Amino acid sequence: MCLAVPYRVISKDGNKAIADVFGMKKEIDIRIIEDVEIDEYVLVHAGFAIQRVSQEDAKETLELLTELCEAEE
Amino acid sequence: MNDKFRKNPEIKPLLHKIKNDVAALDGKTLPLKFMEVCGTHTVSILKFGFRHFFKDSIKFLSGPGCPVCVTSTQDIDKIIYLAQQGHHIVTFGDLIKVPGSTSSLEKEIAKGALVSVVYSPLDALSIAKNTSKEVVFIAVGFETTIPAIASLVLDAYAQKINNITILCLVKTMPNVLKFLLSELSGEIDGFIMPGHVSVIIGSEPYEFIPKEYNIPCTVAGFEPVDLGLGIESLVSQIKKNTPFVDNRYKRMVKSEGNRAAQELISVVFEECDVSWRGFGTIPKSGLCLKEDFAKFDAEKKFDIEVEDEVMQSACICGDIIAGRKTPLDCTLYQKVCNPENPVGPCMVSFEGACAAYYKYGE
Repeated sequence: MCLAVPYRVISKDGNKAIADVFGMKKEIDIRIIEDVEIDEYVLVHAGFAIQRVSQEDAKETLELLTELCEAEE
Repeated sequence: MNDKFRKNPEIKPLLHKIKNDVAALDGKTLPLKFMEVCGTHTVSILKFGFRHFFKDSIKFLSGPGCPVCVTSTQDIDKIIYLAQQGHHIVTFGDLIKVPGSTSSLEKEIAKGALVSVVYSPLDALSIAKNTSKEVVFIAVGFETTIPAIASLVLDAYAQKINNITILCLVKTMPNVLKFLLSELSGEIDGFIMPGHVSVIIGSEPYEFIPKEYNIPCTVAGFEPVDLGLGIESLVSQIKKNTPFVDNRYKRMVKSEGNRAAQELISVVFEECDVSWRGFGTIPKSGLCLKEDFAKFDAEKKFDIEVEDEVMQSACICGDIIAGRKTPLDCTLYQKVCNPENPVGPCMVSFEGACAAYYKYGE
């Protein structure tokens, strides 16, 4: 039940935003994410944004994967 | 970006590396026992074939991380009682089929009870605005869900909506792990920590586990790459004998968590002792509404009458949640208990260990 999925913010109005997930537009609550920007990705659980997604850290994690695999070869 | 975590050719060499590393461990009884605390991890481990692939090297034990599964029969009876009183019940879908001691919400719906299934707790507010009935939101969930539930209460308060309450059954993670370790210490070689609970609380609350119990921990995400990297971290910590709390889900989880979410929770809720299926009452392992919000507490607004809990089924859901047994140890599994006719909550919730084993053909 702790399933959460990254949504891309399309527009915002106060606590609410419209965001895109798998091509669908949904209303989400963004009250705990400070200064969300349009096109930014947020992690959404039960219609509620719980975190902004760090693209930089995502890249770093993928680099770790490559590093571990290279060390093995 | 997400696709690279799901479909990545580099995952295969990583998984073989882990298997080789486990085989080369000195003085360790195999298979290693790793507990995945979160139900969504249980689903990923079965869905992506990790359980089968690591069969002889790692045994995955489901933990107390499926909110529906850890809800006690007595608490399910409270939900059913409220439905029988004619109140409008608003709930997440996976509670519908969970059997109480004599009925379920599904059976009550057939008898005419008013029950709405929602995706977000905030949907309960619009339901309350459009009815004169008493609306009761069934608040189950861990830290991931609690900010949304807190927002429901705050919005109802601000908008002066007086026909809504919550049946507060929310639970929190750190103290149940403490309790579990007091029972199972020495039997678990590593913990895969719940990714989305950790988004809220951070990785710091798990620090006591490597410090006091010498057990490696890793916060992991739910895609194959996330899980593979999480498991690799645990094996590497065992190999080097340097247990700590690693974070392999950095794109979502910060060590301090989400402070704004934590503040939101602390405005509405305070810690209290709550009852868990399989464990009984654990001190400070859940949250209750603060006095300022007492009028939104269904247990205070209505006199809820339920019998004391009596264990009479052969269902071992409680033992599965505690990591003592797996679904395959249950005499009911597949024979009389299946998703169509679930005997216990581990078969009801899609992320319950029994339902996940059943779906992915174990």
